[in-house]
Amino acid sequence: MRTKLHLIVLCLAMVAMLAACGSEEKKADEKADVQTGEVAPAGKLVLGVAGAHSGDLASYGLPSVNAARLVAAKLNAAGGVNGMQVEVVAQDDQCKPELATNVATKMVSDKVSIVLGHICSGATKAALPIYLESRIVVMSPSATNPPLTQSGEYPNFFRTIAPDDAQAALEVSFAKSLGLKKLAVIHDKGDYGMGFANFCKQFIEADDEMEVVLYEGVTPGAVDYSAVIQKIRSSGADGVIFGGYHPEASKIVSGMRKRDLAIPFLSDDGVKDDTFIRVAGEFAEGVYATGPMDFSTNAIFQEAVAAHKAEFGSDPGPFFPEAYSAALALLTAVQNAGSTDYDKVIEALRTQYVDTPVGSIKFDAKGDAEGVGFAVYQVQDGKYVEIK
Amino acid sequence: MDYFLELFFGGLTRGSIYALIALGYTMVYGIIELINFAHGEIYMIGAFTGLIVAGVLTTLGFPEASILVIALICAVIWSASYGYTVEKIGYKPLRGAQRLSPLISAIGMSIFLQNYVMLAQTPDFLPFPSLTPQFDFMRPYSAIMNSSELVIVVATIAVCVGLTLFIKYTKLGKAMRATAQNRKMAMLVGVNVDMVISATFVIGSSLAAVGGVLIASHIGQINYFIGFIAGIKAFTAAVLGGIGSIPGAMLGALVLGLTEAFATGYVSSDYEDVFAFCLLVLILIFRPAGIMGKEKAQKV
Repeated sequence: MRTKLHLIVLCLAMVAMLAACGSEEKKADEKADVQTGEVAPAGKLVLGVAGAHSGDLASYGLPSVNAARLVAAKLNAAGGVNGMQVEVVAQDDQCKPELATNVATKMVSDKVSIVLGHICSGATKAALPIYLESRIVVMSPSATNPPLTQSGEYPNFFRTIAPDDAQAALEVSFAKSLGLKKLAVIHDKGDYGMGFANFCKQFIEADDEMEVVLYEGVTPGAVDYSAVIQKIRSSGADGVIFGGYHPEASKIVSGMRKRDLAIPFLSDDGVKDDTFIRVAGEFAEGVYATGPMDFSTNAIFQEAVAAHKAEFGSDPGPFFPEAYSAALALLTAVQNAGSTDYDKVIEALRTQYVDTPVGSIKFDAKGDAEGVGFAVYQVQDGKYVEIK
Repeated sequence: MDYFLELFFGGLTRGSIYALIALGYTMVYGIIELINFAHGEIYMIGAFTGLIVAGVLTTLGFPEASILVIALICAVIWSASYGYTVEKIGYKPLRGAQRLSPLISAIGMSIFLQNYVMLAQTPDFLPFPSLTPQFDFMRPYSAIMNSSELVIVVATIAVCVGLTLFIKYTKLGKAMRATAQNRKMAMLVGVNVDMVISATFVIGSSLAAVGGVLIASHIGQINYFIGFIAGIKAFTAAVLGGIGSIPGAMLGALVLGLTEAFATGYVSSDYEDVFAFCLLVLILIFRPAGIMGKEKAQKV
């Protein structure tokens, strides 16, 4: 009996410790108290928030619930949307496609007007057909899989984050603006670098005026890249696009410069890192790299972060700015449309600009936010400068 | 033809880099039949020492030529003391043990040194200044080779010639050959085997340090992990040439470097490692002891 008592006390102590340890994440959890099965009362505008609110990927999903609550509170304080008070209803899909379909079905039966979500691309893809059938507009802050918008299958889907291939598209169009015709595309054989290089290759091949003269993977950490550099030279390339990270990029670019190969070197946000400039030194000068747009100076972004700190007592998590922007864009579109009518809301999203933390945005015909995503930077005098 | 030449010189540089590191592997194996897996880390420590010394001397305003010489000397002393200590702590107590124990000990040493440098210095990449004399070749030769590569190739040749003469004509060299042939017998005729083994580690580590400074200066960046990848390749080169044989290590390194360069140039760099290791397998099928290795290896 005594031992049992001890065990119980011990268990309680451990639980207490865990609760003490799970500081900020926990707090956010409690705030984003996920209600399930709440039926929306009439006369209210219900904003459904779907995503991973528990499990491994909860840290990606919970910030969007907080963002939605903050936006709703802000609009409600100003009299609501079209005179209706906004209510946020959250549903958890744990980023699992099979749960996402259940969540979507639940949202539809709860008469949710618009949906912010889902978080993961796979779950989003599974849920979209159900929303489409019920003509509900969906906007994701984080699903970056390109076909979600580009396939054209889901006219009800929008997103406030740039798709995976947006960076490559920008890279290639920038290379074109430099007047480059023959490009050597090099990558580091890794998921990220090779994926980026692959998209670049596709975009270059789709362009009649440009061609890929060399497409190769280099081994990260190798002692010497001179053979690859000779190959770039003999391929007659007038520019190099590199997909990967800064250690290889600095080896390749310094090797090129040491061998009198002065063609432009373009890379991705794995290279848009000050370490690259430190390591490559003088050879970094003039290198182009794409990187996420910087919205830290955006007033609405700063206001949203301050609101989050005041409300939840912590810094916002990943995809918070995108989620805040999505909630704002959705609710503003409802306001502009004057109702939650599917066609009118879509029309409003595509035609009217909204000021959000990620900038002033509207959406293109496919559902991607225009002007969100990446910018081109160039190393000038030892630091990255954005090229307008 | 030009393209072939460019690739050939690229491969030559790469082979020289491998050779500088492979010599240490092969010498130690020749003497005590142990693969010193910590050798790559000794090379890495040499590079770090060179970086720190060069940094200090540059701020003190020393002339460039003296910086290279002093950095090399400091790196050699520091790496040699590491090599000596690693042998004393990690391998000597296990000399009578079964074959696998020192091998595991060597892997442990390698991991320990890597993490030690990572914690003591930084896990980030650090820029390494060009310490070697800079001069430009005239076009079109500038496209084929640059000064730091030439320095590496010349240094490798000098080191190999020096080492061969040392083994052949000095007393210590003779003692090394004797120890390699038969340790017990050498002891009986009065060779101080402990001293010979320590000397082998010191020499091998010194070569790795020279390699570390020159190669880092050529590549322009270092971090705590460079020893691992370079070590694996250099070890492959040593096995290819016949582990335990000094000319074998050089030949193996050259063959490996050239294979990688031509595989990259004429096929694709995606497959450079595939070609390198296919070559290793092929050669070992036909010559199990490596190119220069003898069945009962005439070590060192």
